[in-house]
Amino acid sequence: MSEAALKTPPRKRRPKYLNLQALIFEIRLPVMGWVSILHRISGALLFLALVWLLWMLDRSLSSEAAFERIRHYAGLWPVKIALLGLVWAYCHHFCAGIRYLLLDLDKGVEKGAARLSAWLVYAFSIPLAVLLGWKLW
Amino acid sequence: MSRRIVTGAHYGLRDWLAQRITAVIMAIYSVIAVVVLFSTTNFTYSVWRDLFAQGWMRVATLLFMASLAWHAWVGVRDILMDYIKPDGLRLGMQIAALLTIAAYLGWTIQILWR
Repeated sequence: MSEAALKTPPRKRRPKYLNLQALIFEIRLPVMGWVSILHRISGALLFLALVWLLWMLDRSLSSEAAFERIRHYAGLWPVKIALLGLVWAYCHHFCAGIRYLLLDLDKGVEKGAARLSAWLVYAFSIPLAVLLGWKLW
Repeated sequence: MSRRIVTGAHYGLRDWLAQRITAVIMAIYSVIAVVVLFSTTNFTYSVWRDLFAQGWMRVATLLFMASLAWHAWVGVRDILMDYIKPDGLRLGMQIAALLTIAAYLGWTIQILWR
């Protein structure tokens, strides 16, 4: 055997094309991809916000005066907006999670069905978040 | 020499399954919580306090938070494994996440059984 055949061929240098502009403007994430990344972002957000939510639960159960203070605090508009954001995050995580449970059971794994169910996540989670937000205030 | 990474996922299947079971527990609790909150018309402190004074509500809430603890651990660990590449930093952040989760759980017990 000749020596050349034993040598591994030099690895081809492939161009890397993953910069921020490409990620934001050029690479189009399909709807399933958006549901997926939003599932991750909403999960991280809820985890980080839990300290705040637990604090409100703690205060609201401690005394009547503290309950009224928390009620007043939750009525301030920046707090309202933050809470509404968390309500959305919960609804999205909930709906996308049910979709993943169904996918795990091999339900709707074909491309068309998966695309439809990804849209259904938005169709359920956004009105649900609006409904809950509207009902809470 | 073992090539396993110390901060890697050691029990993939168990955690995968746990994440799904805890998700179902939390989903059931969420539906119950929404029904309970929507069925109360006059939302006052006494209604709120009495709700959490009931044994079933305390246990259900604790079950929810215990599920959340395990579920969030798997999720946070997955995120750290995907984005944090240096082993030391990743391990440090995983420890911080675990301590945070333990604190959340301890706090919840304190709130519920005061």
